[in-house]
Amino acid sequence: MANTHNPDMTPGLVNAYEPGEHPDWPAPSSVKGPAHWIKTNLFGSVTNTLLTLLTIYLLYKIIPAMVDWMFIDAAYTGTSRKDCEAQASGACWAFIGTRLQLFIYGFYPEAERWRVNLTAILLVVALAPVLYDNVPHRGKALIFTVLYPLIAGVLLVGGIFGLEYVATDQFGGLMLNVIIGVTGIAFSLPIGICLALGRQSHLPVLRIVCVAFIEFIRGVPLITLLFVAAVMLSYFVPPGTNFDLLVRMLIMVTLFASGYMAEVIRGGLQAIPKGQYEAADSMGLKYWQSMRLIILPQALKIAIPGIVNTFIALYKDTTLVIVIGRLDILGIGRSSLADSKWQGLSTEVYVFVAIFFFISCFLMSRYSLYLEKKLHTGH
Amino acid sequence: MFKRASIVAAAAAVVGIATGAQAATLDDVKARGVLHCIVNTGLPGFSYTDANGNWAGFDADMCRSVAAAVLGDGDKVKFIPATGKTRFTLLNSKEGDVIFRNTTWTFVRDVDVKLTFIHPTYYDGQGFIIRKSKGVKSAKELDGATVCIQTGTTTELNLADFFRANKIKYTPVPIEDSSEARKNYLADRCDAYTTDASGLAATRATFEKPSDHVILPEIISKEPLGPVVRHGDNQWEDIVRWAVFALIQAEESGVTAANADEMAKTPPNPDVARLLGAEGDLGAMLGLDKAWALRAIKARGNFGEIFESNLGTKTPIGLERGLNALYTAGGLQYAPPFR
Repeated sequence: MANTHNPDMTPGLVNAYEPGEHPDWPAPSSVKGPAHWIKTNLFGSVTNTLLTLLTIYLLYKIIPAMVDWMFIDAAYTGTSRKDCEAQASGACWAFIGTRLQLFIYGFYPEAERWRVNLTAILLVVALAPVLYDNVPHRGKALIFTVLYPLIAGVLLVGGIFGLEYVATDQFGGLMLNVIIGVTGIAFSLPIGICLALGRQSHLPVLRIVCVAFIEFIRGVPLITLLFVAAVMLSYFVPPGTNFDLLVRMLIMVTLFASGYMAEVIRGGLQAIPKGQYEAADSMGLKYWQSMRLIILPQALKIAIPGIVNTFIALYKDTTLVIVIGRLDILGIGRSSLADSKWQGLSTEVYVFVAIFFFISCFLMSRYSLYLEKKLHTGH
Repeated sequence: MFKRASIVAAAAAVVGIATGAQAATLDDVKARGVLHCIVNTGLPGFSYTDANGNWAGFDADMCRSVAAAVLGDGDKVKFIPATGKTRFTLLNSKEGDVIFRNTTWTFVRDVDVKLTFIHPTYYDGQGFIIRKSKGVKSAKELDGATVCIQTGTTTELNLADFFRANKIKYTPVPIEDSSEARKNYLADRCDAYTTDASGLAATRATFEKPSDHVILPEIISKEPLGPVVRHGDNQWEDIVRWAVFALIQAEESGVTAANADEMAKTPPNPDVARLLGAEGDLGAMLGLDKAWALRAIKARGNFGEIFESNLGTKTPIGLERGLNALYTAGGLQYAPPFR
């Protein structure tokens, strides 16, 4: 692409081509390409140059040391911390490795873990038609999605169809985070929509109930609600009623997320011009029709970043279950760290847990970007 | 860990009283077929999960012994991991039947929070660890030192008391749990770290060069750690208390997990005969059968065996028996007579 061969660059030869015959030459490297990008973005001014150099220096200091610790100088096998230290001075991934099953399944009986795996695979099947439009047989697949919570419950808890009963207190680790997270996410959106609509309702009783609920939820920390669910509820329900602790937690987490969701969606609703409501009315649409066809599709689209934000926050909050004596992935890490064979490897555990959460949350945020782009209609 | 009677615990206790008379815990446990045992979410040597996801440690083994005495099977335990703040609430709301979670027996907890303390299964005390290179020989030489301390615990109050009594100054570095303390101490963000001596030993065992660090001779507090049950159920209280005593008596009488069956058949003396149910029927008085103590001992061994396998000098924790030896060996562990 040498410029010398480009007749455009030579004065006097501008009109060397017939109209419409002008070839598409690539832009010269002074206005386009990596060199230009680096020049304008990284070394555009004195301040930028200084910041760039500083950043490069910091990365130079951090990245090699981190890579060294995490991969090069790490120990992948061994049965105790001493084993690891004998091999390498970096991370001791053997600890995570020997306990990976525990981190994933918690205390779920080993012989029954295929049920957890199957539930996870079915979760992907159930989610696909919700997340993407172009899934084959989407209509039928959606029926499966609706039935999925029931199927998952039966699979995980068992007790019928010849499946061995597994008490929910044996759930733990990553699987507990996913169960609580997915349930909270799946149910908080519809409940949140109802609450948001209820808050804007013209029916005073409905409005007051919704406002009171939302304000109560937003005014109380999740940890308090979980605590109430875990220990106080047994004082309020009739003696002998045994309400499973996991179900109580799921309900509390869902209600908590719903309260926040309602406000996020209300933000979306308020961004819809009044004309849209009036247009829907003038079409003769009933309340639910106008909501379903006109208002909500627009409001939810606007609210996507906020909704996903709430989802991510909820997902990360699942680690709070430790306060009521359930060990999620982080809790398993903590109780594992107290094993005197492995004591002192907290960095490895926290890095591992951080990577897990980063991957989950990053996927959610990527999906929300995809959705925003897909629904972008240019107005 | 020896967290002071928190507001939560007090509130739970109030609610606990409000519910009135306690139902018989023994009946609940028998009907359920599982003992609900509240343990620490993770404390080296006392309670932690092993690679297979089983709870292990001194406290966990004690739970198994009680379960064996009551239900006949040491594995019929559901472990409820609890933080220092939630343990009393979980007990009072009947989510748990007994706490085996290194809980310090204090006046306020016993009297005001309405808990019943059984018997100290581990006599601990607060100590200091410091680098040898600092040249400190006694805690009284810590003037001007920065000290890492876990917040919201009795150790925090003990530390303040100790420095005030000795008229020396210190800067506290508040931290959340023992793994954080370890990191801070090793990174030299504090000169000394203070917690229970057992915890210090466990932490020191994980250092690269344990011999570079010294545990100072002063033990500045009394921390009798032991099981706790709800106020007001005397039968259940007796069961847990005598299950613990049975383990201590077994050590004194030389009954071990290995020889218990044999001893029960041919008891060497009347004491052992009564303990193991070969003579008399002490179990019936507790609402249990004759072999209750035999099973408790067979579950994880006698008191000494449980101590040695979880905390003793052969483990990475490497604790001496010290105060926790039998009274015959100069310690404080002493079981009343079984008669």
